[in-house]
Amino acid sequence: MKTKYYIISLALGALAVSQTACKPGGGNAGSELAGDAAQKVYVAPGTHDEFYNIVSGGFNGQVSVVGLPSGRTLKNIPVFSQHPENGWGYSEETKPMLNTSHGFIPWDDSHHIALSTTKSEHDGRWAFVNGNNTPRIARISLSSFKTEEIIEIPNSGGNHSSPFITANTEYAVAGTRFSVPPDNNADVPINSFKENFKGYISFISIDKETGRMAIKFQLKTPGVSYDLARAGKGKSADWFFFSTYNTEQASTLMEVNASQKDKDFILAVNWKKAEQYLAQGKGKKEPGTYAHNVWDEDTHMATSTIINEVMTLDPKDCPDMLYFIPCPKSPHGCDVDPTGNFIVGSGKLAAVIPVFSFDKMQKAIGAKKYDGEFDGIPILKYEEVLHGEVQKPGLGPLHTEFDGKGNAITSFFVSSELVRWNIEKLEIIDRVPTYYSVGHLSIPGGPTAKPHGKYVVAYNKITKDRYLPTGPELAQSAQLYDISGEKMKLLLDFPTTGEPHYAESIPASMIKDNIRKIYELEKNKHPYAAKSEKETRVERKGKEVHIYMTTIRSHFAPDNIEGIKMGDVVYFHVTNLEQDWDVPHGFAVRGAQNAELLIMPGETQTYKWIPSKVGVTPFYCTDFCSALHQEMQGYIRVSPANSNVPLKWGLGNTPEAAAEKAVAGK
Amino acid sequence: MKNSNTLSGKISRTSQWILLLGALSLLLTNFVPVWRIDLWAPQYPEGLTMKIWLSKLSGQVEIINGLNHYIGMAHIKEEMFPEFKILPYCVAFLSFAGVIAALARSKKGLLAYFILLVASAVVALYDFWKWGYEYGHNLSDDAPIKVPGMAYQPPLLGYKELLNFGAYSIPDIGGWIFAAFGLTLISVLVYELKFRKKI
Repeated sequence: MKTKYYIISLALGALAVSQTACKPGGGNAGSELAGDAAQKVYVAPGTHDEFYNIVSGGFNGQVSVVGLPSGRTLKNIPVFSQHPENGWGYSEETKPMLNTSHGFIPWDDSHHIALSTTKSEHDGRWAFVNGNNTPRIARISLSSFKTEEIIEIPNSGGNHSSPFITANTEYAVAGTRFSVPPDNNADVPINSFKENFKGYISFISIDKETGRMAIKFQLKTPGVSYDLARAGKGKSADWFFFSTYNTEQASTLMEVNASQKDKDFILAVNWKKAEQYLAQGKGKKEPGTYAHNVWDEDTHMATSTIINEVMTLDPKDCPDMLYFIPCPKSPHGCDVDPTGNFIVGSGKLAAVIPVFSFDKMQKAIGAKKYDGEFDGIPILKYEEVLHGEVQKPGLGPLHTEFDGKGNAITSFFVSSELVRWNIEKLEIIDRVPTYYSVGHLSIPGGPTAKPHGKYVVAYNKITKDRYLPTGPELAQSAQLYDISGEKMKLLLDFPTTGEPHYAESIPASMIKDNIRKIYELEKNKHPYAAKSEKETRVERKGKEVHIYMTTIRSHFAPDNIEGIKMGDVVYFHVTNLEQDWDVPHGFAVRGAQNAELLIMPGETQTYKWIPSKVGVTPFYCTDFCSALHQEMQGYIRVSPANSNVPLKWGLGNTPEAAAEKAVAGK
Repeated sequence: MKNSNTLSGKISRTSQWILLLGALSLLLTNFVPVWRIDLWAPQYPEGLTMKIWLSKLSGQVEIINGLNHYIGMAHIKEEMFPEFKILPYCVAFLSFAGVIAALARSKKGLLAYFILLVASAVVALYDFWKWGYEYGHNLSDDAPIKVPGMAYQPPLLGYKELLNFGAYSIPDIGGWIFAAFGLTLISVLVYELKFRKKI
């Protein structure tokens, strides 16, 4: 009997052991880790990262600035969302930046970064980012790291295929992800998609000197979903390529109905030709309402202009401008290699990666090798434009970047890995796992004609067990890999802010010497600026009270104010008199239904306060500015509406004045 | 007549040229800063600098003033110093006197000019020290930071620690022109008075 039990228990034990041993995956990350990983990502105290990594914030609507290879977050730049941390979207000056044709909107979903280029190479001037939900494009200065301009896109729903730029930053594009009926005729049955919905693609011109954006024209293409896009480079620089899905033109249960066709399309747009048609007067102005918001660095305020008209081009009037390239199964990424010859489509449900050749496309167009047409636009024959297919690359290819050595690296969402392959030979070189389910990937300079190479970052959609758990809601995870050798080696795993989609990286040396440190007081043209304590004052205009206030370590001027009455609207126009780097002052009033102000040296910002209670209310500096920061405060007295308390303001004598008299007397 | 050959007679052509060119070079000090005060603190790893010219101040004077408010020090501003209106004329005079001495070409003239130059330097340095003393000692009684017995007089020349700041006071280009001219004149004097006695 005993022996029998022994045998049974041994057998059970063996089964348990074998089960554990056979459990797939899990905890083998160490095997991918480079032996000298710590050394490669260690940025010693006091030294700087090698790259600025400009990262979209996804559902936080912002952009983050991260250092590579350390993975340290350096800053969050507010763009489409209110940012109570520094008053973006709360101060009177920044509110117009978030204005749209729908009114003030406090949030958006930012997806893709495009760094400005000259001849398809980084020039370190601006970063562009799209707002997906309420279609917009923003331009951020890479000198002040501040959002300088936001333009809304009319006739658009889901600005996803955006804000990719042409070789010399002539245009940023905005292809609509959700086709919609035109804004001026939008009350149509949803099931009339095929007749009434259009896929608008907007070309936003960018001024060479100022970066100012304007919608130059919109292409009224058939109602499909535009997903991602890339401009050509070199010989293909006159073209733009857009991936599409839902060429089925479904409007319900899209996950099934938009996945029916074996092939969707990549749309090739000859934008130079579009410019010619525009010059020939083929464009048509159509109603379309959108906001254009511009930040002025001299007045320290934004203005929002509503525009009611947009130039459109109908492909029917513009032959030889658009061609469809068939691409397997709902392509997502649509990436152009550094030479400009190869276009990589990533059918997210496909088993191969098709690589198209620009040279072959030109030949196919010349010889009219068409495979029918779609809504009047010629479809090129798949085989005629195909360079070749990468066989069995992985599952769920999404995006491709380039290492500058003739290779591409593609992200795979479903099989959760990065795969490196040779573009010319279409052969797979190496693959590494990501943790988990990578979306976009980013190689410094990866989308440009001159990749800086060295690293690739994977931006993952699933985090799970990568970091200390923080409840149901987790940070997103990113991994940094060394790609300088033949094998990709995992170096670092770091959490990110928001929900990054695409990111770009640029060598720090191209930016860091041009950084703005302060705003010069002499150049401050804010109409309510007080440029010295002598100019500080309080003015009443009916129910409005304007306080011209200054800050300097460590006091406000004035810091005692009386004569405010219930029913007044009080505007604190606060000018930071400091002219020294990294000496901002903050401002907040008890009970204000507002965020704080964070005022940079030489800047003026305005804080609106509608007093809700009678009494003396303190205000204070919210940024630990100096040794006497704690003392940097003031009082404002609010009296009943019918009171006779006169308007009065002041500041005690500053000690240096007494010392000055003593010194001058000697 | 015994020692007449020490101070009588003419200086060499070379010495004359050195004196002439040196005296004229003093005019260059109108276009470059003469003195500088460099400050370092833990919060200012890049340092702060104030430059003193013959007729003005430059550098991060406003930032230094801002920091000085903690200790109740008077603001440093140009209108406090009448010297800025006089100094260019003083230097022009020194240059002119040098040219005269060179044209005179006498050993006596050379010596007299050297003494004038040294005396001017002493007066200028005293004036500089005096301003430093007044600024450093006349602090407001209402100053937020008061350290008993502490004065904030910058060093006349060299390094001194003032609370969290380290202060260097050194000549700038203009100052070095003066110093170089002074040292050259000493060499010329030694040469003329010691080695060319017999002429």
